[in-house]
Amino acid sequence: MYKKKRLSFKGGIHPPYSKELTKSISLEYALSPKVVYIPLQQHIGAPCEPIVKVGDRVKIGQKIGEAKTFVSVPVHSSVAGIVKKITPLPTPTGSKVMTVIIESDGSNEIYEGIKPKGELSNLTSKEIIEIIKEAGITGMGGAAFPTHVKLSPPPEKKIDTIILNGSECEPYLTADHRLMVEYPEKVVFGLEVIMKAVNANKGIIGIEDNKPDAIENIRSIVAKKPNIELAVLETKYPQGGEKRLIDAITGRKVPAGALPMDVGVIVNNVGTAAAIADAIQKGMPLIERIVTVTGNGIVQPSNLIVKIGTLFKEIIEQCGGYSGEPGKIISGGPMMGFAQYTDEVPVIKGTSGILVLKQKDAYSEVEQPCIKCARCVDVCPVGLLPIKIANYSQKSKWDEAEAYSALYCIECGSCSFICPAKRPLVQRIRLAKGEILAKKRNK
Amino acid sequence: MHNIKLVVSSSPHIKDRDNVTKIMLSVVIALIPTVLSGIFFFGLKSLIILLTTISSSLITEVIFQKVRKKPITLRDGSGLVTGLLLGLTLPPNLPIWMAVVGGVVSIGLGKMVFGGLGQNIFNPALIGRAFLLITFPVKMTEWLAPLDGVSAATPLNLLKMQGIKTNYFDLLIGNVGGSIGETSAIFILIGGLYLLYRKCIDWRIPVSYLGTVFIMTLLLGQDPIFHLLSGGLMLGAFFMATDMVTTPITKKGRWIFGIGAGIILVIIRVYGGYPEGVLYSILFMNGLTPIINRYTRSKIFGEVAK
Ligand code: SF4
Ligand code: SF4
Repeated sequence: MYKKKRLSFKGGIHPPYSKELTKSISLEYALSPKVVYIPLQQHIGAPCEPIVKVGDRVKIGQKIGEAKTFVSVPVHSSVAGIVKKITPLPTPTGSKVMTVIIESDGSNEIYEGIKPKGELSNLTSKEIIEIIKEAGITGMGGAAFPTHVKLSPPPEKKIDTIILNGSECEPYLTADHRLMVEYPEKVVFGLEVIMKAVNANKGIIGIEDNKPDAIENIRSIVAKKPNIELAVLETKYPQGGEKRLIDAITGRKVPAGALPMDVGVIVNNVGTAAAIADAIQKGMPLIERIVTVTGNGIVQPSNLIVKIGTLFKEIIEQCGGYSGEPGKIISGGPMMGFAQYTDEVPVIKGTSGILVLKQKDAYSEVEQPCIKCARCVDVCPVGLLPIKIANYSQKSKWDEAEAYSALYCIECGSCSFICPAKRPLVQRIRLAKGEILAKKRNK
Repeated sequence: MHNIKLVVSSSPHIKDRDNVTKIMLSVVIALIPTVLSGIFFFGLKSLIILLTTISSSLITEVIFQKVRKKPITLRDGSGLVTGLLLGLTLPPNLPIWMAVVGGVVSIGLGKMVFGGLGQNIFNPALIGRAFLLITFPVKMTEWLAPLDGVSAATPLNLLKMQGIKTNYFDLLIGNVGGSIGETSAIFILIGGLYLLYRKCIDWRIPVSYLGTVFIMTLLLGQDPIFHLLSGGLMLGAFFMATDMVTTPITKKGRWIFGIGAGIILVIIRVYGGYPEGVLYSILFMNGLTPIINRYTRSKIFGEVAK
């Protein structure tokens, strides 16, 4: 089945997408790294406890960090070799995290426990969720929330629809795009696994209309599957925001402060579905991911399959290195990604892209007075008044900022992008959110 | 790597190319047809008035910023827009020194005392014009007939005082008495459409403002087309009532602004002592804008109607 109408949401922006750099470049394996740096917390939730010691020999796929709480996932080695050190190191999200450093011996030996999990029809929902947790799978779109938690709604919430997010609305990134073009079966299989896990009878894959080849390939597979649909979405940022996506595809509005499961929907990224497919079909945990390496500061933009723990620096070198002086290195896309202090940080489960901008594009313009043009208001997909919240934040008036619903901001950055006065709106709103939450905790 | 300085700032890392200066320049570009038609109908003196209001506005801005030791912000183009708009609302025969006063008051009283760009509540050009109208009521209501330069009355005056109606075609092209830039409806409209295309103004304001005037005058038994085309309404609807700084930031608020201004305008024109009402209708709604903003916050996504 295929929906003709272009689906969309209210608000949003049309940034320059800059996807031409990599959208037709086929996936390729990055060179196997000599040393990997695997942080024990790459997800939202509690960090893992290391279960290896310095000097231990580990193999590919072997578990090296154990999740001790429900909202956490284990971490696995992406190479075969010797554990050299366990020490706190910075990750691309900015925090310092206990990291296992493993030196590869080049043998690429795979851990004995890695075995296909058999036919999907023989697995129960419980078993599937356990496999997903044990494979260390988190959301691959950037936020890295543990997937098994998402797939375990309380029993009173009936889930009828699973949506796979293939919109990839962030400019520059083409990781999901290439995945859907080259491995569409994997994506669809992953969706079927998720549907079975939560007992949902409908699956929908949403793709923005700027990826016709991905739409074509996915369509040819779902055509034979009566319970799976393809939804073509308007190309607009932030189309991939969960609540916007659900609204565009199903017309259901997730109430402010509620979760998608409250309207019977769970959303997962297409990359997450592919990781789940690997966990079932090969038994391989999440030890590598697709990373779009791009931007005008890179000699040879590419889409690479990278082992978790590989340093940005090595990957950038493989892509021909820097073209000119790099001004900014961003982990993720330009709208929501994190600027890095150094290129010596590892790729983690949520690293969808490495974007390098030249110096001339790295500096922000000087802020001017707000001219009340209300463009920020018009583009906010949540329907907030970004200008008001940002102004209150600037004056440290946190209660007023909260009254203007600051906490519902999804930090998509559309307001900052569009502001002709170049005001750092989302940055100020983020600050207000932090203050409001801190105040709540102290109560 | 270690000797490379990376910029670390929080997302987003890309920005739209539009900026304040470009928006202001678009307004100036949109006014070019109006400026040219004004010069054509009312002679070179009008050009001198326009240049006067522009330069006195800009100089006033610089003086204020120098005195307050604030950065000079001429480059944002807002002073230029104010000066130009003020000039366009003045009679073509106004003594030059009065035009200077207009520019000083517009920027000084209309903008800088509030704290500069973005802070003012009232449209600065209209503040300047209102001041001149109150201070120099005679000179501010002396009009010229187009092309031949003898004194004449405006179509609204002719209607109000003598019951004479001007024909639509003259109103449309601007071949009537009036302020330098307000007579030619068609050229104003062209500029307005350009601003709509550039997304510098919201269609809701001109549509609701003009629409309200149309419907109300129709209901009151007046000629709605005549009212739309005469006086400063077109210029006001596309260039004054749409001033971003002094109008609501919510869409609902913009409807209220336009409708409110329309109602006030018609009341002044039909029942009031003045033949014209654009100036006060917009200033009045400017004053209400903070309140309108407060009460027209839209529902946030997924919020249930209370
Ligand atoms: S977009 Fe920028 S200038 Fe426009 S209203 Fe919002 S904060 Fe002000
Ligand atoms: S206020 Fe928040 S949700 Fe709205 S546009 Fe800005 S960043 Fe996005």
